[in-house]
Amino acid sequence: MAHSMRINLKIWRQAGPDAPGRFETYAVEEANPHMSFLELLDVLNEQLIKEGKEPVEFDHDCREGICGSCGLVVNGVAHGPQKRTAVCQLHMRHYGDGDTIVVEPWRATAFPLIRDLVVDRSAFDRIMAAGGYVSVSTGNAPDANAVLISKVDAELAMDYASCIGCGASVAACPNASASLFTAAKVAQFAHLPQGHPERRRRVRSMVETMEAEGFGDCSNHAECEAVCPKGISISAIATMRREYMKAVLSGSD
Amino acid sequence: MAPVLDAKIPAGRLQDKWDNYKNSIKLVNPANKRKHTILVVGTGLAGGSAAATLAELGYNVKAFTILDSARRAHSIAAQGGINAAKNYPNDGDTIWRLFYDTIKGGDYRSREANVYRLAQVSNNIIDQCVAQGVPFAREYGGLLANRSFGGAQVERTFYARGQTGQQLLLGAYAAMSRQVAKGKIQMHTRSEMLDLVVIDGRARGIITRNLVTGEIERHLGDAVLLCTGGYGNVYYLSTNAKNCNVTAAWRAYRRGAYFGNPCFTQIHPTCIPVSGEYQSKLTLMSESLRNDGRVWVPKQPGDSRRPTEIPEEERDYFLERRYPSFGNLVPRDVASRNSKYVCDEGRGVGETQLAVYLDFADSIQRLGRNVIEERYGNLFEMYERITGENPYQVPMRIYPAVHYTMGGLWVDYELQSTIPGLFVLGEANFSDHGGNRLGASALMQGLADGYFVIPYSLGHYIAGSRIEAASTAHDAFEAAESEARGRIQKLLTIKGNRTVTEFHRDLGRIMWDNVGMSRTADGLRIAVDEIAALRDQFWQDVFVPGEPTTYNKNLEFAGRVADFLELGELMARDALIREESCGGHFREEFQSEDGEALRNDKDFTFVSAWQHNPDDIRKPTMHKEPLAFENVELTTRSYK
Repeated sequence: MAHSMRINLKIWRQAGPDAPGRFETYAVEEANPHMSFLELLDVLNEQLIKEGKEPVEFDHDCREGICGSCGLVVNGVAHGPQKRTAVCQLHMRHYGDGDTIVVEPWRATAFPLIRDLVVDRSAFDRIMAAGGYVSVSTGNAPDANAVLISKVDAELAMDYASCIGCGASVAACPNASASLFTAAKVAQFAHLPQGHPERRRRVRSMVETMEAEGFGDCSNHAECEAVCPKGISISAIATMRREYMKAVLSGSD
Repeated sequence: MAPVLDAKIPAGRLQDKWDNYKNSIKLVNPANKRKHTILVVGTGLAGGSAAATLAELGYNVKAFTILDSARRAHSIAAQGGINAAKNYPNDGDTIWRLFYDTIKGGDYRSREANVYRLAQVSNNIIDQCVAQGVPFAREYGGLLANRSFGGAQVERTFYARGQTGQQLLLGAYAAMSRQVAKGKIQMHTRSEMLDLVVIDGRARGIITRNLVTGEIERHLGDAVLLCTGGYGNVYYLSTNAKNCNVTAAWRAYRRGAYFGNPCFTQIHPTCIPVSGEYQSKLTLMSESLRNDGRVWVPKQPGDSRRPTEIPEEERDYFLERRYPSFGNLVPRDVASRNSKYVCDEGRGVGETQLAVYLDFADSIQRLGRNVIEERYGNLFEMYERITGENPYQVPMRIYPAVHYTMGGLWVDYELQSTIPGLFVLGEANFSDHGGNRLGASALMQGLADGYFVIPYSLGHYIAGSRIEAASTAHDAFEAAESEARGRIQKLLTIKGNRTVTEFHRDLGRIMWDNVGMSRTADGLRIAVDEIAALRDQFWQDVFVPGEPTTYNKNLEFAGRVADFLELGELMARDALIREESCGGHFREEFQSEDGEALRNDKDFTFVSAWQHNPDDIRKPTMHKEPLAFENVELTTRSYK
């Protein structure tokens, strides 16, 4: 079997949104290079429960990098050191015996903390409800091949549509901006004919909601792109700005 | 007295049944729809599409998800694609063929009328999703692309890279978001259904726990839709997301909804093997890999050489050897079972010896690395990320894993369970896949149920039923809430010595060993007793840390594992009575001389529908819904 290693963890603990938070130090003696980062936390939690201590709370679900539930800042980097990888698919072989790893939650005003490493990302849902859809009720659709879409546009739309809504971009941004998240949806639709009649209303409403939710502005640091587990390009933000300017200048819906 | 199982299949020719149904149902006046509240539990493809569509029609919808957003439901993880009988490639596809392939793929244990309807509405799903802006793959001319998938001879699968489930779910989520903005859907995230409330014989409400504050809430409605997915996590390890569970469906079962074919589970052959005790879940690799990968193990048991050091003549390409005409492309159940057999013989590979090789060396030599990279690049990358091995240089190691549950709550043609007003959609019901589900048909079913079936059958129920006024102060709410609180209290006060995960893992082992890929009467009897014993132990010795009034993942899981401990026993019982091998259910006693599955159509062409016994959970009653095949001939699946 693969050799086991000792991993030291400094983890942010906080009982609730208004409770004081602090780092606690733990050690997992028998970490295995094949285990995932979340499995390391599972092992730690089993250990804590056996010691009569409260386990560390963190959000997780699919553990294959697609649901967007998990999100941890690992040694200062959202989702940890491996490029284009959500923390659930980060494996311990990237660490060595005796390493110390600092684990924190997403930190942003618009993502209030719930407990330990769990935050409330419902602001993302409200941005989507502000316009992240095509207004087409069930049953209204024409034949799927009635509208041609170039392969290039379809692929670009898909690049943006692959956003998993994890919130890493907000956590990594010095301004805690949700621009990459919002722009990914705006840019997806900007490349598709569907929803074209409502594109102006969409971008205005989504951008205004984003601001109202307490996310900061984008000032082109590109930290968001660097940590995005799906590698979504900040070109989305340029598209969003263009769409927004056009919408504002046109003055109408 | 048990109600008679009436599937309510409409009259007429198979091709006309759905139209006949739609022509005959009662409708709800648009002005009256807003007087009705519908509770939709689960926001995956089935729940999301249902919630959005019902809200568009004017109903007031309350939607519930255990996750922090509706967009995270496990439908999101589906990779491959979604079938439809569009016949865009002009390769001979028809609604009939999609129906036929699905019913044959299900090994003739599903209902003809349901499956035919599924094939009929499949085309509308694609239209709807494209209109929502789902970026399906396209050809250079701008038209939609199709690809082939297991169990079919035509190209009828639509896809969005390896993220089809994600894109379809985001489409449904967007449609829901639009209704949230309009105030027609009230969304309850991080909210878990703990019980169903039945008033005067009708499903009228649910009890939920707010997973952040621990608050217990009562919700009243005119109907309840369960869209809560499958129960593969009863095996502890599966490709399901960690939060997937049976609790909502199980609580409905305990309130009187029958459970259909619980033993029918699908075990997927191409998953990344378990690497150690800490393993928390399994990752699926798309089965498309078997198009170019060759499956093999060493001929010699215990051969510990590296794969590249084992010469060609000492390798056993066991699928190619046993199934010369289908080779590595045999269906999921056959591939999985054969991998298990060679590992049982001591010929498994890797550290745990519970794996077989999936080798691309020949294909790379024949087609070139760039072609393989183009076809499977993202999968190879994922494999390397998880295992640290480069599959361009060494063969992949794969092993089967639990992936999907065909069984689920019994429903009639209207998707209504045996409790009036309780409808069950998507993977949570038992309906359309029989003993085995074909690839690219789960997404199809979830969306068919939600977008195109429930809007009709629910309306018919609402218009045709006398639903009395009620309030959340009703005794039934009182009783259900107090039971739910009692269970939570009990879980927290046992303060035993073992963790929830330890119990779950033990249950998983019993299930995998005895109710897994290959089953025997002896093994199943052992499972029935061992699970019951483990359940008793759980209620005496589990330790659940923390408080009931905070975010507490262990408490959530404890309740779910408690229900899995009851479900597992029912699955073993169901597998025990089904004395035949069909689809994902293989009984070793029922196989041909050369080891192939032997179905018994004379005695087992039925759906087993289990009724809970409130006096003794260990003595459920089994009802049979006979399956009539009037349009297809029952044949033996052969892949030799």
